[in-house]
Amino acid sequence: MITISKVSKWYGTMQVLKNCSTEVAKGEVVVVCGPSGSGKSTLIKCVNGLEPFEEGTITVDGISVGDRKTNLPKLRARIGMVFQHFELFPHLSVMRNLSLAQVKVLGRDSKTADEKGRKLLERVGLTSHAEKFPGQLSGGQQQRVAIARALAMDPIAMLFDEPTSALDPEMINEVLDVMVALAKDGMTMIVVTHEMGFARKVANRVVFMDKGEIVEDAPTADFFGKPRSERAQMFLSKILQQ
Amino acid sequence: MLTGFDWDVIRRTAPYLFREGMTFTLTLTALAMTGGIVFGTLLAMMRLASYRALSATASAYVNVMRSTPLVLVIFWFYFLVPYIGQWITGASRPIQVGAFLSALVTFTLFEAAYFCEIMRAGIQSIPRGQAQAAQALGMNYWTAMGEIILPQAFRNMVPVLLTQTIILFQDTSLVYVISVTDFFGAASKVAQRDGRLVEMYLFAAAVYFVISLAASYWVRHLQHRIAIIR
Repeated sequence: MITISKVSKWYGTMQVLKNCSTEVAKGEVVVVCGPSGSGKSTLIKCVNGLEPFEEGTITVDGISVGDRKTNLPKLRARIGMVFQHFELFPHLSVMRNLSLAQVKVLGRDSKTADEKGRKLLERVGLTSHAEKFPGQLSGGQQQRVAIARALAMDPIAMLFDEPTSALDPEMINEVLDVMVALAKDGMTMIVVTHEMGFARKVANRVVFMDKGEIVEDAPTADFFGKPRSERAQMFLSKILQQ
Repeated sequence: MLTGFDWDVIRRTAPYLFREGMTFTLTLTALAMTGGIVFGTLLAMMRLASYRALSATASAYVNVMRSTPLVLVIFWFYFLVPYIGQWITGASRPIQVGAFLSALVTFTLFEAAYFCEIMRAGIQSIPRGQAQAAQALGMNYWTAMGEIILPQAFRNMVPVLLTQTIILFQDTSLVYVISVTDFFGAASKVAQRDGRLVEMYLFAAAVYFVISLAASYWVRHLQHRIAIIR
């Protein structure tokens, strides 16, 4: 469903992505990990065109992201994205956060949109918070609302950009639980995360990046069992020690 | 020392001063503020656009307006607009636009340059992630601006916009150079007619002072009430 092929990207003269290629099939969950500054977030933001790239191609459901003729807003409306810092709209109520894009982008009437929003709030366990503003919720609750907001668009795939990195430790699990349930429902997901427990539990494949390169791209069991590259071994030994 | 003054002139002329003069001043202030904020916001969006032609045009406009004395702009517009109107419509004689309309257009265009800089700062104060989140949900530029960025930028900047409006309120007194009867113009007319310069100008100053001070206290109070919870 998502094909990333020989993608390279530069910030000025610094190359941040080097010839990255991978593929995500429908219903697959792929975890992207690696040390900070390795280009994981940049790569995932290339998938929905939030970051432009200079070389290579990315196609989502057969549509080329980098093509100038592609209607990017239309494509993005079909790909859900969850950010590290939630990025809920602070001036709108939780309910309005969920319904705004449904109405403005998909053209749903507000009753349908509200109903959909309510259903998804229930799914992430926040029904009673519909009329609150994002600033009145905890980090974990905000991130669950953000996931619901993305799901409200009925996406064909979901991108998660370090969804738990900005959370206090005791709130990480409530967000991961929602993501695990989503994966079990068969959602196609690319997840940038350091949560190796999550990767072990639900990922079909793990992609390990370092210095802008995809160093390792292996089925989960293989990646944790016998990583081939030295860099991945080092990374794993450091992160699993904690 | 105060025996030679006739303070009663204020009481006698107050209805004229406020009903004609202050009404004009407040109407001009309110309309120029509204127009200035709308046009200024458009200018700010242009300044922040990635197309060089747009941003260069907007910043040239802002720089010209900000480096020209307001009195000069008022004069120029008052005398030029009829001829520009004639040129555009191809009429045989200069188009009469009237002092009020001329003043309104002038203040709107002039203040837009200042409101532009305020709104630009406001837009830039919104984290980049907000625009990214809006884009990721499939919103195009106008929807993202209209629903996400501008409402937040505007609310953040309301205190500064209102403070600029207080300055605009004081600046409107300059329209007396094109013989318009705003509050200051009305006070000035009475002062000349009755030979009560000290009384009238002191009174006018006091009125501007009280209104501006009260408004700025109100702005400070408002600031706390409208802040977005983050």
